Amino acid sequence: MSLLAQMNQKALELGVPISVHLDITYRCNERCVHCYLEHDDLGEMTGSEIRDLLGQLSEVGVFFLTLSGGEVLMRRDFFEIAEHARRLCFNVKVKTNGAMIREKEARRMVELGIEQVQISVYSHRPEVHDAITKLPGSFKKTVEAIRFLRAQGLKVTLSNVLMTANLADSTGTHALAKELGVQYTLDPTVTPKMDGDISILSLRAPASELDKVFRNQDLVGDVEAFCAPPASPDEGVMDGYPCSAGHTACYISPYGDVFPCVQFPLPSGNVRRQKFIDIWQNSRELKEVRSIRARDLPTCSSCAHVGTCTRCPGLAYMEGNMRGPSTADCEKSFRRTGIPSANMLKRASGSLTSLVQIRPQAPIH
Amino acid sequence: MRQKYILRSSATAARLLGGEMMIMSVADSTFFTLNEVATLIWQAADGCTSLDAIVTRICDQFDVDREQAERDVEQFVDALCQHGILLLSENPAADLAPVLQAQL
Repeated sequence: MSLLAQMNQKALELGVPISVHLDITYRCNERCVHCYLEHDDLGEMTGSEIRDLLGQLSEVGVFFLTLSGGEVLMRRDFFEIAEHARRLCFNVKVKTNGAMIREKEARRMVELGIEQVQISVYSHRPEVHDAITKLPGSFKKTVEAIRFLRAQGLKVTLSNVLMTANLADSTGTHALAKELGVQYTLDPTVTPKMDGDISILSLRAPASELDKVFRNQDLVGDVEAFCAPPASPDEGVMDGYPCSAGHTACYISPYGDVFPCVQFPLPSGNVRRQKFIDIWQNSRELKEVRSIRARDLPTCSSCAHVGTCTRCPGLAYMEGNMRGPSTADCEKSFRRTGIPSANMLKRASGSLTSLVQIRPQAPIH
Repeated sequence: MRQKYILRSSATAARLLGGEMMIMSVADSTFFTLNEVATLIWQAADGCTSLDAIVTRICDQFDVDREQAERDVEQFVDALCQHGILLLSENPAADLAPVLQAQL
């Protein structure tokens, strides 16, 4: 077990939220076709509220802090927030589209000790990238930003999302990342909007494309091992929990709402009304998330993939049941191994209802 | 031991987790965890407290003889200085500040 994995395990045992994803704004200068957010400002936290929150997070033991949005640089006080976070010794990662990062901003990020910057790039072809972001010229600016950051020695990850609009460009985008000297990630997941709107799911890459992604050695490493049939789950698997959401990690929106994860829109409290520690320790919703073990999942517990599936409880929640399957992950498990999931078999027999739209519950305090 | 001072580099992230200090160098993403004694050294590395005083604290709080503590502290400080996460000087913090700026 790596040192980092050991510390995650320790955080789990101690009930410490070691990682927090904080969106400081939903405002954005781009309008990406697959984005799950609404970009109006409905009263985001002030700089003072965020600084107070960061102090609370530091006190409860948060170490990894992701500052994201929206576009973080839409906030004029972004660097003040980042500076405060670094003064509190967080390991800070920034997610951005880079369009507002020039040499000055890149230098400031290095001075502050930002550990890593993740930048979204959807194609190596400007016209494809710009059509996805709906911001003409965004490709040029984003690639320039990556060069500025690299010139300052910052670690950069180029983050791509595979969707219908850029199916042909994955290899070219990966080559661009190599040319820029940055890491590359490709995520084939398009998620429903946070308000439950599932219309953007039509942008999901067709299943046949997943076959190619999962058999690309550059992306998955050892293809044979990655695509191997799942081993029989042991007791450890059945007693395990699906991911870190709500266990050692959580998400906080620009309005102070706390959720188990950015992909898990289960309102669990609001830091404008309660201290973060009270929410983390006492929220009924977070307690419920933490109580779920693989053996409690009505369909997935009987699935061959239960020990290896990337089942996202947040996506399952958005499909109507946090204990249910996440059909996108069922598809991935099937495409990876050729073995249909228990959920797929059920659906084939017509015993499952179709997707339902989610209406987030009101927070319970 | 000659009078020396250590200062935590600001190019690090650090957090105490269950008595162990987690440290990550933001320059190269190297991740460390420190045991109780090393955590004491890290927390005392304010640029103003001498290594001599830090050794005294260790001897006061842990069952270790001074000679052993001095050797351990020196070894630990050398290792962390090599990774650039501790800065060593023969003068107190004011003189370390420019070094720190240059490292960023």
